[in-house]
Amino acid sequence: MNVKTGLKTLALTSALAATPLMAADYVIDTQGAHAFVQFKISHLGYSYVLGRFNDFEGNFTWDKNNPEASSIEVNIDPASVDTNHAERDQHIRSDDFLDVSNYAQASFVSTGYEVTGEGEGVMTGDLTLMGETRSIEIDVEKVGEGEDPWGGYRVGFTGTTEIHLPDYGINFNLGPAAETVEMELVVEGVRQ
Amino acid sequence: MRVTTRLKNSSEQFGWISIGFHWLVALGALGLFPLGVYMVDLGYYDPGYQWYPDIHRSLGILLAGLLFLRLIWKLINPSPRLLVHSTWEKAAAKGGHLLLYLFLFTVLISGYLLSTADGRGIQVFNWFTLPALPGLAGRNEELAGWVHWYAALTLIIFAGLHALAALKHHFVDRNPTLKRMLGIKTEK
Repeated sequence: MNVKTGLKTLALTSALAATPLMAADYVIDTQGAHAFVQFKISHLGYSYVLGRFNDFEGNFTWDKNNPEASSIEVNIDPASVDTNHAERDQHIRSDDFLDVSNYAQASFVSTGYEVTGEGEGVMTGDLTLMGETRSIEIDVEKVGEGEDPWGGYRVGFTGTTEIHLPDYGINFNLGPAAETVEMELVVEGVRQ
Repeated sequence: MRVTTRLKNSSEQFGWISIGFHWLVALGALGLFPLGVYMVDLGYYDPGYQWYPDIHRSLGILLAGLLFLRLIWKLINPSPRLLVHSTWEKAAAKGGHLLLYLFLFTVLISGYLLSTADGRGIQVFNWFTLPALPGLAGRNEELAGWVHWYAALTLIIFAGLHALAALKHHFVDRNPTLKRMLGIKTEK
């Protein structure tokens, strides 16, 4: 082994050593709409209104052998709110609610993931909504992972959490039962 | 003071049909504007939270129908001659009236598009439902809402200028422009 080959081997070995068993990067499949940011809010305490945000994008890291290392980052366009009613959506975009002309983006950036059971965990992270950043916890369940029929590799999760609207400065009175919004998230990622 | 007995316009005098159209449209526009401003700030638990917007939409559709009939009437029964003489005043009068019609239609059409942006029709009182136009129900409520508000604001400003001009003709030019819109007989 000459010096040149030796150096080459050394460089390769250290490069491999410097790369621990890394979690894979996934892009949330918003392109194929296999991900949903849905919400559910009480109507007068008698029923519910369901809605969703149509425009968002994000990515996450995931390693089934090391789930605690998982992280996620999602950006949501609040103006894309859709409750299947034009005038209601216009009202939600107004300064009575999401004030989208002043707050054009909402985001969630994880700060930690705790495994609580087989395929279950709690994702902690910072939710920024209307310029207000607060730590929230999302209950996560893994749905499944594996190769898809088109040559890719996917993993999917569901998440649930609650958002107390006055915490973010939304004080329009929809009644006491409607101060808290239930969020239901479906996140499917394609491995990069 | 005598009132005209005409139903149709002459070259000097407005008939009662045109007079009626004019004041009904004026009443509609001047009523719907404050109603609209008022209703959008109502609280969710206000008893009028649903009722006032229903009235606003219903009256708006009826006003659009009235305006449509008014234009047809104006085509088959031309307005009397203008009472102003200078070229610029004639141009201002014609241009002003044109803008009033333009903004009236803009407000009414944008209001319709706002309320039908998701494909739902507009229930006019308990009378009939005006359906959404499928090709135009494209979730453009933000644009329609923006146009509706600024066109309404502009319309009210032009209506104010229109009233000031009428008062100017009455008190400064001392011509019967205002009188003949009130039905007061001015022709021999």
